Amino acid sequence: MFPKGTKRKFSDSREEPVAGGEDVNQSNLAAVRMLSSYSLQRQSLLDMSLIKLQLCHMLVEPNLCRSVLIANTVRQIQEEMTQDGTWQIMTQALSAANAAAQGSADRLVATEVLCRQTEAAQGEQVPKPFPVVGSEGCPAEEVAAAEVGMTMSTVSPQAPTSYLPGTFGMDPCWEEETGEDDDDEEDSEECGSGSEGEERERDSLVEDTRTAEQVFGTFEIKNPAPSPDPALEELFSDVDASYYDLDTVLTGMQSVPKMGPYDLLESLSSHGPSPLSSSTSCRSDLNELDHIMEIIVGS
Amino acid sequence: MEEESVTRKINNSFLRDHNYATEADIISTVEFNPSGELLATGDKGGRVVVFQREQETKSEPQRRGEYNVYSTFQSHDPEFDYLKSLEIEEKINKIRWLPQQNAAYFLLSTNDKTVKLWKISERDRRPDGYNLKDEDGRIRDPSTITSLRVPVLQNTDLMVEATARRVFSNAHTYHINSISVNSDLQTYISTDDLRVNLWNLEITDQSFNIVDIKPCNMEDLTEVITAAEFHPQQCNTLAYSSSRGSVRLCDMRKQALCDTHCKFFEEPEDPSTRSFFSEIISSISDIKFSHSGRFLMTRDYLTVKVWDLNMETRPVQTYQVHDYLRGKLCSLYENDCIFDKFECVWNGSDSVIMTGSYNNFFRMFDRNTKKDVTLEASRENSKPRAILKPRKVCVGGKRRKDEVTVDSLDFSKKILHSAWHPQENIIAVAASNNLYIFQDKVT
Repeated sequence: MFPKGTKRKFSDSREEPVAGGEDVNQSNLAAVRMLSSYSLQRQSLLDMSLIKLQLCHMLVEPNLCRSVLIANTVRQIQEEMTQDGTWQIMTQALSAANAAAQGSADRLVATEVLCRQTEAAQGEQVPKPFPVVGSEGCPAEEVAAAEVGMTMSTVSPQAPTSYLPGTFGMDPCWEEETGEDDDDEEDSEECGSGSEGEERERDSLVEDTRTAEQVFGTFEIKNPAPSPDPALEELFSDVDASYYDLDTVLTGMQSVPKMGPYDLLESLSSHGPSPLSSSTSCRSDLNELDHIMEIIVGS
Repeated sequence: MEEESVTRKINNSFLRDHNYATEADIISTVEFNPSGELLATGDKGGRVVVFQREQETKSEPQRRGEYNVYSTFQSHDPEFDYLKSLEIEEKINKIRWLPQQNAAYFLLSTNDKTVKLWKISERDRRPDGYNLKDEDGRIRDPSTITSLRVPVLQNTDLMVEATARRVFSNAHTYHINSISVNSDLQTYISTDDLRVNLWNLEITDQSFNIVDIKPCNMEDLTEVITAAEFHPQQCNTLAYSSSRGSVRLCDMRKQALCDTHCKFFEEPEDPSTRSFFSEIISSISDIKFSHSGRFLMTRDYLTVKVWDLNMETRPVQTYQVHDYLRGKLCSLYENDCIFDKFECVWNGSDSVIMTGSYNNFFRMFDRNTKKDVTLEASRENSKPRAILKPRKVCVGGKRRKDEVTVDSLDFSKKILHSAWHPQENIIAVAASNNLYIFQDKVT
């Protein structure tokens, strides 16, 4: 059982000063801060919500009301974490962990990509490794990353995710990625498949294209929350606000193969980033079929 | 408020005596007809069972008004949507009766996608003596017919047959959650997560969309429609509730598409109780107009609220159904119970409201005396014709005898569906696959 929900305590989330949050030395403190009980509860709630959303894709008939409510909860947590600054710290730590561990694929805190399926992208693109973000990383950062590694990997069920950029080093890469987005945007409107096996993948993918539409955009972070800390603001001043836009984020991650649900469950038990699963075939035709069918039923 | 006394279990093929509940037998809707003579239940297996109240007899006054099975039929079958490769469940989501206008009874039943109008009629005669068919129905060889006769109506045993008179299909992309018959008795609405469609009962190939909250970009979807109902007297007025805890009243005379509401009922959130679950528990699971048409009742996860249609800012009454669950919301979120959709009902005079809870408990609130009671629908705790004992949930401190602690509540036993007789104090309560009918104490 998870601990019962408690009211947000302002003091909990403000234990440590967040000045210069990008400072490597801070990430260690940040990890400690995150272990505070409120943050833990919030994190576990986020994990639970993501699992629920992912599992809902496996159901025969996903309940739209339930999905929307869970998605709204996830967005609420996301917004709060973004305001806290823990969002950036987590993604940065995760990217460092990934860079250190694999030096290849990217992983976004996958709330945003929950319903994304990389079908379109799979066959086309090779995962582009981002530059090692943690170039200025130090053991302290990796330690922090390792500590949050478990929680991070739980938050990234579906593969193709792009970074919520937390460092300057990301920016040039990001720009490149977004260039090829528009073509794939429609293809990327697929829901992450919860398929359990190869043989079921087809069925669930078709379901997922429908559920994607339903749950799809509900994780959009429309605008970055205003940072209360002027130092942070200065730090992020040249981070394009569009990074927070779901579309940009999602289309930027076409290159990363998706992770199946068992990978997610494995990653929950493991303490490191999960291995990437193999890509699935392109499902753009299913998306078109879905689109056509929508027209037919006059929705 | 009167004591509810006589416990009735319907022992027939509909109810099982097994300890386990067959999934298909789980009751998904309960509804009295406008006269109270008939009671319909729908289940997950797509069946509708209609009970009829026995006529009162002088010889057995204690058996006043028992409900017995009148008709059973398969309303909906499981379907497969080939375009989407999705199964369509046959579970009956709602049943609504039409007022009786002739000897037959009519009801609307719906699953996720299709609404059907059923005619339930009695037949106690059949024609006999056909020329071209023999008694078994086999076609006779014309060469063997030597004389003509006129078929004669013979009395037979009473047969109740249900026939589907209309099938209203292909109008909903999302799952239908409500149907409501208009007071004009010619039209009705069917509501799914994002749209409300208006139908004429006679026309099955056409429906009018009157409310559409689907955003252009599904990414922007944050709110769905959870229930809708026509006003009981004003045929132009309907109300629909949302997952964000608001109710909108629409007037169909204003414009064809009622996306803009006439009235908007929403209570401002109490900041002191705000949590991550605030939105989920504010989602309205059921709305019901009072019989008078002056009030509207809404059910969200923890409360029942009564609204005066003339006041949009806040409800006139709020009743706590099971506030002791407020501290367990995280666990209830984990096991999905927080998404349970409880219904609520008015009694005939709008003085008492009733709704369900967990552990097979259901609650009644008297709006005049402000008293409330918790009762339990279970075989173990109530014998036939015994007076129901009020139950109590212990919220803290020392547990008294017969009290139930919050931790020992069985969350798999939930009373989501119930109905109140339109005139008398008879209630029907569905507890998974069992139907309980309670009546006033017989004096």
